[in-house]
Amino acid sequence: MTTENAPVRHAPPADGQPMLRLTDIHSYYGNIHALQGISLDVFPGEIVTLLGANGAGKTTTLRTIHGLLRPKRGAIEFEGKDITGMPAHEHVGVGIGQSPEGRRIFGRMTVMENLQMGAYSRKDKEHLSEDYERVFEFFPRLRERTNQAGGTLSGGEQQMLAIGRALMTRPKLLLLDEPSMGLAPILVEEIFSIMTDINKQGTTILLVEQNALMALGVAQRGYVLQTGRIVQSGPAQDLLNDPEVKRAYLGG
Amino acid sequence: MTGHPTTGPATGGTKPGIRQRLSRAMSPGTAFSARHQSLTTVVTFAAIGILLPVIVLLPPFSGFGTQNDWVGGFADAGIFVLLAIGLNVVVGWAGLLDLGYAAFFAIGSYTYAYGASPFTGLHIPFWFMLPIGAFVAASFGIMLGAPTLRLRGDYLAIVTLGFGEIVPAVFLNASTLTNGTNGIVGLDQPSFGRLFGVGDFGFTNPWPYFVTILGIIAVAFMLLSRLENSRLGRAWVAIREDELAAASMGINTVTTKLLAFAIGASTAGLAGVYSASKLSIVSPDQFNFTVSFTVLAMVVLGGMGNIWGVAAGAFLIFELQSQGLKQLNTFIGGLGLPAFNLGPITVDLATINFLNYQYLLYGLALVLMMLLRPEGLFPSRRRRRELHELPDEAERGNVELSEADEVEL
Repeated sequence: MTTENAPVRHAPPADGQPMLRLTDIHSYYGNIHALQGISLDVFPGEIVTLLGANGAGKTTTLRTIHGLLRPKRGAIEFEGKDITGMPAHEHVGVGIGQSPEGRRIFGRMTVMENLQMGAYSRKDKEHLSEDYERVFEFFPRLRERTNQAGGTLSGGEQQMLAIGRALMTRPKLLLLDEPSMGLAPILVEEIFSIMTDINKQGTTILLVEQNALMALGVAQRGYVLQTGRIVQSGPAQDLLNDPEVKRAYLGG
Repeated sequence: MTGHPTTGPATGGTKPGIRQRLSRAMSPGTAFSARHQSLTTVVTFAAIGILLPVIVLLPPFSGFGTQNDWVGGFADAGIFVLLAIGLNVVVGWAGLLDLGYAAFFAIGSYTYAYGASPFTGLHIPFWFMLPIGAFVAASFGIMLGAPTLRLRGDYLAIVTLGFGEIVPAVFLNASTLTNGTNGIVGLDQPSFGRLFGVGDFGFTNPWPYFVTILGIIAVAFMLLSRLENSRLGRAWVAIREDELAAASMGINTVTTKLLAFAIGASTAGLAGVYSASKLSIVSPDQFNFTVSFTVLAMVVLGGMGNIWGVAAGAFLIFELQSQGLKQLNTFIGGLGLPAFNLGPITVDLATINFLNYQYLLYGLALVLMMLLRPEGLFPSRRRRRELHELPDEAERGNVELSEADEVEL
């Protein structure tokens, strides 16, 4: 399939090299052409959000970045290195951490053991204790529950654990897939505010969300996906005010 | 949340400070505790080695056979203990259902037959054949694992089941290489001069075999129990729980699963070499599906994931099967019960040979266990937590939990 609309890059906000760059990514599930030429950039220090309805290809994009799905075409670069098709377990080593869709915490391990799994590939053991401490500062609720099995946590706490576990990999880039899924509004706000704190401490975030209002509230830039294509992109503020985006995703 | 009664110790009580708990949780398994563990293993097996032959001198055991009979039986039981702790690595720790484990046992046995028998003319000493057998079996474990470990659950079980059938079938049908159904006979017996003052290896003296298998098991125990709490052991647990999440943590799931397969297979290889040397014959019918099934039943009944539980389970089941059922025959026969007449069927308990019903009894025992105590007789702490839905923890966090659950959409 040839794309008539060649990859358009919208408004790079900062100068310098992008941390993550997707160029004309095409991914398939069997015969289904799920991603039809995705190009996007994430610059160091940003929160970038990927918006779109169900089935637009948000999670597929993350799966492709994360090496769970191999793109048929296109390239993924991280810090200038080509990581297209790099298997998922090697991502931790280059500095990409992820909190997957549906949280996927280890339900039968304790909270502490979950965090230890996050530190599984760490070579700098001397920084571990300060990182555990950092996770507990972000998520004091986890500190109260270190010996509790992950599966008995509430949905919000599980999401916190999934993010905390990903932070234990010391990622430069954190991929978050629908952290608001299934959570009460008050918990969503809490998690989004912590996400901002995490970002302020220097972790770049690529956030996939259905809750466009919340996501655009914390992100600097956004991309809007529709049936496997990027149809809109720009600074978060512009997207919030865009009539098309408003109509489709913000219920206005 | 199901309200299973908890059998586990309450984990509440006094809570050490968070920093204390953190530093304890994060300190890597210290050299001291590892050495301590190995010492415990050696002492335990030495004690078992002394106590078992003494216990059988006491009634009622003394009435069932001579001490030599018993010790010979223990030497056989050891084969299954070894198989069970090996399968436990694959099934209990890595969570990969392997229904063809007997294949690796067979490969170990035939490796010994090729390395130490008139069939090939090679006579490599038993002690060298042990690592060779383990290595060959592990290689086959990797060969089977590499293409199949991408499969999960049921599919992996089916493929391993197939492998378990194919291997004995090859040994049966490749008759120029394996002597077919007759098997390979006249395998060398081990020799070690006079091993620890217990005399020569031979058909009439079971003691050297008993000491040998005890030693092999003790070494396997030391190596395997260190693995459980190692980095690799934690990776297995993570994969068992959620493979995708494990990969996101940087765990190479393919090599981690392959290692489980290879380590399990190598243990079966050891058991195969030992078993072949003890029987002095290998033939394809020794390795049919019932072996795989029996070992799996031992792992499940003993307590998947707990190496000591699995070993105890294997030993108990083996002894129940070889001694218990025999004694049950004698016992029931001696009661002089009258035959029941149930219409067209006459049931005469006195003439029933319970040995013929051992698989029926296994089946019953498995069903009962799954209903009453699914974690096995001697479960690991983790497995108990997995199967009983954590009542104690849930109760402790009860108040906040229910609040949080309510607001969740």
